[in-house]
Amino acid sequence: MKANYGYMDGSGEYYITIDTDKCMECSEHFCVKACPAGLFRIIEDDYEDMVAEIIPNKRQAIKYDCAPCKPLEDRPELPCMAACTPQAIEHSW
Amino acid sequence: MVTIGIDVGAKNAKILILKDGEILISKYRESGFDQAGVTTALLDETLAELKLTRDDITSICSTGAGRKAVTFANEVVTEVSATSRATFEMYPEVRTVIDVGAEEGRAIRCGERGKVEDFAINEKCAAGSGAFTEAMARALELTVEELGKISLDSSASVPMNAQCAVFAESEVISLLHANTAKQDIAKAIHDAIASRIVSMTRRVGLNKPIALVGGMARNVGFVHSLNAAIEDEVLIPDSPEMTAAYGAALIAAERAA
Amino acid sequence: MAKEFWRWKEYNWQDENLNWRDGKVITGGVDVGSVSSQAVVMVDGELFAFSNMRTGSDSPNSALNAMNWALENTGMTLDHFDFIVGTGYGRVNVPFADKAITEIACHARGGNYMYGPTVRTILDMGGQDCKAILCDERGKVTNFLMNDKCAAGTGRGMEVFADLLGVSIEDVGDLSLDVDEEPPPVSSTCVVFAKSEAAGLLREGWSQSRVLAAYCSAMAHRVFTLLERVGVSPDFAITGGIAKNIGVVSRIERELNLTALKPKHDTQIAGALGAALFGKALVEKGKGRKNKAVA
Ligand code: SF4
Ligand code: SF4
Repeated sequence: MKANYGYMDGSGEYYITIDTDKCMECSEHFCVKACPAGLFRIIEDDYEDMVAEIIPNKRQAIKYDCAPCKPLEDRPELPCMAACTPQAIEHSW
Repeated sequence: MVTIGIDVGAKNAKILILKDGEILISKYRESGFDQAGVTTALLDETLAELKLTRDDITSICSTGAGRKAVTFANEVVTEVSATSRATFEMYPEVRTVIDVGAEEGRAIRCGERGKVEDFAINEKCAAGSGAFTEAMARALELTVEELGKISLDSSASVPMNAQCAVFAESEVISLLHANTAKQDIAKAIHDAIASRIVSMTRRVGLNKPIALVGGMARNVGFVHSLNAAIEDEVLIPDSPEMTAAYGAALIAAERAA
Repeated sequence: MAKEFWRWKEYNWQDENLNWRDGKVITGGVDVGSVSSQAVVMVDGELFAFSNMRTGSDSPNSALNAMNWALENTGMTLDHFDFIVGTGYGRVNVPFADKAITEIACHARGGNYMYGPTVRTILDMGGQDCKAILCDERGKVTNFLMNDKCAAGTGRGMEVFADLLGVSIEDVGDLSLDVDEEPPPVSSTCVVFAKSEAAGLLREGWSQSRVLAAYCSAMAHRVFTLLERVGVSPDFAITGGIAKNIGVVSRIERELNLTALKPKHDTQIAGALGAALFGKALVEKGKGRKNKAVA
């Protein structure tokens, strides 16, 4: 399953996509520690797989919470994506 | 040399006349739906007040969202360039400018001589601009000025969850029904918008000292929350809403020289 | 503070031809939303009863009231259930539920039952959010997104417009179709800015219908963009409050070049229905109540 967490508002689309088919194979869960904004947590999802999700009350402000990781100039690889061994994380912006 | 800067914003049109580097006059009025008509009238009235005619003017530079409506301008610049240029004139040491107007919030990183190096914009979503505080003030039946003032009386930190101006209005009303003090709600509103503006600014870098311009710089509650969020005091010019018009006039003078 | 965006009636329904006492597996689903709550009862995978009512200020009570109403005069009580699943925004507040499952997963399951296994895309447009869900032939979610941050594309946004124009929300759809030709859509997505834009259009002399048409098509386009992100594939279905607004639905269909499936039941019960179906699957996996009070 592709789980898109985030939102779309007048200014644009801000989604973090977690590919749970890849994510459920991972037991390291490095994303949780890697994210300086603490956006990730591991849950058992509705299909009983252990996967990462974006913490519910953080989903509406990811444009702002991720801003420090996304300088306009010389954007480095995002910590969450770099940490994710199965490459299950994508950002839409 | 006399030059003019005209900034046609979403809400107000502003004019500023510059003579040999000195500001002669500045004025503004609601830009309304006939931006071309409003700016022409504003120009003619302001000139008449100074007993000048269009022939006395060396150059006119327009800026702002409605800059294309100023048909009589011979120069056009973006508000980012104009704001950055004016900030350099006022605060040569500043490298980060925050500009919050009625419909947009911007953060600019300026380099040497007010050149724009980088900028980030919050636009097209009312939650990231002055429109947010306006909507909240309406919900509380206060003016924006009152909202700003009472916010200073609060030291509480009530969280605002809604990130949308429309949903935030319902949240404000629920807070009222739950007997939350108006000043605490006011502070929550300003803290919320300040935190969004600071996050946007992080994208260009928070290099202190920071200048704050645009109409929202008049809102003492917002300024207070912003200062708390950056742990510093922003520099605010006397007429913060005139910054882009001033910059446009400065650029007009430079280009004519 | 829940506000009501669409006119709908509170009611309950029961299948009088089904004798639940013969059933082996009885499961329930309760969907506690911000505006409305639904309870669904299934007997051996057949829909037996449901109710649809307003959510009160207290979620646990709303959940119980909805369930009691579905069970009214059937002789069935909470003790007869093998499993009850709570879903929706108040899902953790269903004290008598055995498990909570997200509304996304329940909606897909319920949509699969309601529209049949060919449904691949479900658009749910509620009072305060909008969801786009892709699912497989078993009703398992393959891709989803939700937008509950922004009022644009929700019932709430529509309500702001209805208020501005002084028309009642249930008339918006029909009025918006009463135009000679489709006007260009309102250009601002943001409800706050779109509202000032609309005020300007009214001042220019646009009729109510024309302004509503411009907003409904902006809203349809907005939803279309959301759907594009997950990638629409047929069959396609729309659930939730806006499913009842023909002005928006017809414009979404036009933009997608797809016709939405017609449901067998009230689309508002899709979440609760899915919850009850999840319950049945869990019972089949041996996860049902071990100590079911009444056999
Ligand atoms: S970009 Fe940074 S803040 Fe955003 S999710 Fe990734 S690690 Fe966290
Ligand atoms: S409706 Fe709300 S979230 Fe959407 S763009 Fe406007 S203020 Fe932003």
